[in-house]
Amino acid sequence: MSRVIESLRVLLGGEPKRVPKKDLPPEVRELHAHKFSDKERIAAIHAELAHKAQHKMPEKKRRLRWAVLIAVNMLFVVSYYFDIQLLEGALTASRFAGFHMADLNSALQVMLAFKHVVINLVIGTTTIFILWWLLGGRTFCSWVCPYHLVAEWAEMLHEKLRAKGLAMDIQFDRRSRTWIWLLFAVLALATGYTVFETISPTGILSRALIYGPGVALIWVAFLLLFEIFFSKRAWCRYACPIGLTYGVVGSTSSFTVHYHLPNCFHEGECRKVCLVPHVLDTVIKGRAVAMDVDIGADCTRCLRCVDACPTGALTFKYKGLGDLL
Amino acid sequence: MSKKPRLTPQQRARRKFLNSIVLTAGVAGVSLLGFVPVAAKKLDERLRPPGALHESDFLAACIKCGQCVQVCPVEAIKLADLTDGFGVGVPHIEAREQACDFSCDGLQCVLACPTGALIHEIAFPSQVDMGVAKVVAPAKCLAVQGKGFKGLARGPDFKGKLRYAQIDRWHPIGVADHPYDLELCDLCVRQCPIEIQIVDCAKDDEKKRESMGLVAKRQPGECPPKHAIELQSIESEDGVRRMQPVILEGCVGCGVCEMICPVEPAVIVIDSTESREKSRGMRA
Repeated sequence: MSRVIESLRVLLGGEPKRVPKKDLPPEVRELHAHKFSDKERIAAIHAELAHKAQHKMPEKKRRLRWAVLIAVNMLFVVSYYFDIQLLEGALTASRFAGFHMADLNSALQVMLAFKHVVINLVIGTTTIFILWWLLGGRTFCSWVCPYHLVAEWAEMLHEKLRAKGLAMDIQFDRRSRTWIWLLFAVLALATGYTVFETISPTGILSRALIYGPGVALIWVAFLLLFEIFFSKRAWCRYACPIGLTYGVVGSTSSFTVHYHLPNCFHEGECRKVCLVPHVLDTVIKGRAVAMDVDIGADCTRCLRCVDACPTGALTFKYKGLGDLL
Repeated sequence: MSKKPRLTPQQRARRKFLNSIVLTAGVAGVSLLGFVPVAAKKLDERLRPPGALHESDFLAACIKCGQCVQVCPVEAIKLADLTDGFGVGVPHIEAREQACDFSCDGLQCVLACPTGALIHEIAFPSQVDMGVAKVVAPAKCLAVQGKGFKGLARGPDFKGKLRYAQIDRWHPIGVADHPYDLELCDLCVRQCPIEIQIVDCAKDDEKKRESMGLVAKRQPGECPPKHAIELQSIESEDGVRRMQPVILEGCVGCGVCEMICPVEPAVIVIDSTESREKSRGMRA
């Protein structure tokens, strides 16, 4: 329970807590003390990493994830275009084979602004809550949200430009996302308009794909340019209230990325590729509080760290299911 | 960037914090620009789909998903762009381009709406309150001029569709595929979905009575209780009696008359302002 609270605290923008060495479990302290004694093993890892850096291998899980993301979004498009009524609507609200689904953040905006909830919205919200609770919460971000995909491409460009000194990465306080979430909740309640939907790049992109492009895409382009030149992945990291909503849903999810301390040699490869590196503070030498740690709620389960880790310290698992099988 | 003096951790944290305040204010500020088109009353002229609540409730309740768009058989419903501000992604109808002709019978858009922005209490076209048709340029009306109409109502390139039940009960066809030959133009009356439904209901009742000796049991509103439009003989100032379309109490504002009017610009248009002002999404 305390780990869930800690994970929520970090999700809301708090800095990950450091546990003093003396309070760590003895076996963890033991492991930290002798971690770097196996010089041969470490040399081998470095050789492997150097080889990897020269021969860029495709990130298989990332490709799979992109394929899923594109497939889900295209299912909306295809369903409408060919009128097969399989997945009707857009990401804000839809019907899958006739069954209601409603994006939790959009539904929340409507509930706060309209102050009246019809049964269909209750059904849709409950369905989506259960779905993403089972699937890991922010899994929505990296596996479904169309803005996440274009932002990943923008990030690649950002990295190239930054290497040439043409872009910078302004750091923001991560609490800004919590403020923005609260601000939009208050705005919806006070003004009676779904204010956030006006600028939600997720809704705008989803509708643009299904119903055709419009000037709203200029706002999305502006966000991407800001991320490319001024602050890496700024919207997803510091602003998007949808991410926070799903983060809370996933805080108790069984689907997590799992860290196994004995396998870790603290190379930090995972933190380099992570959208939300603060969730991986546990991999820094001396920070893990147990032999096995579940990565926190802000993790989007994009699994890039799993691919990046040279020693198999990070895996994804479905808690409970593994024990059953 | 590398030449900057090194900041102490406190200074860095402070800068980060200030950056974040700017970010939060910026995001909120941009989103509140969406209020501009609403405040400018730009959205008040929008013709909304059947069952749309009072405008402010409608903007609040709509989840901007477009399920209403997807079910409409004549594709009358469009989603607004960011130029509508808070109304982005909210559905509306451009009646002159494609009116709602109720070819779905059961108000599919209302059934599809997941949030009740299109009020779920209505089931029949006669209960709809989208607006009211108005004859804005009677002098240009072909009927008033005593003229007939021959040919395609809106020309060969017009994309709009209507259900012509006598041709195909289930599939609306292009207005451009349906030529007319009328001695006196009465297109707005002839194609009015409410008027068509009144005739159909009467025929249906008659048939049932003849074949089974039964009186058809109907749900309230299933058959429109009031006429929507008719050609009336009206004496003009010059003392001559002329036929003129007159809008009656049963008009629901679907916009078919505006779409079908062969005069350019349309003699008859939908005024939705009053309905949007007072309506609860349905007729009392």
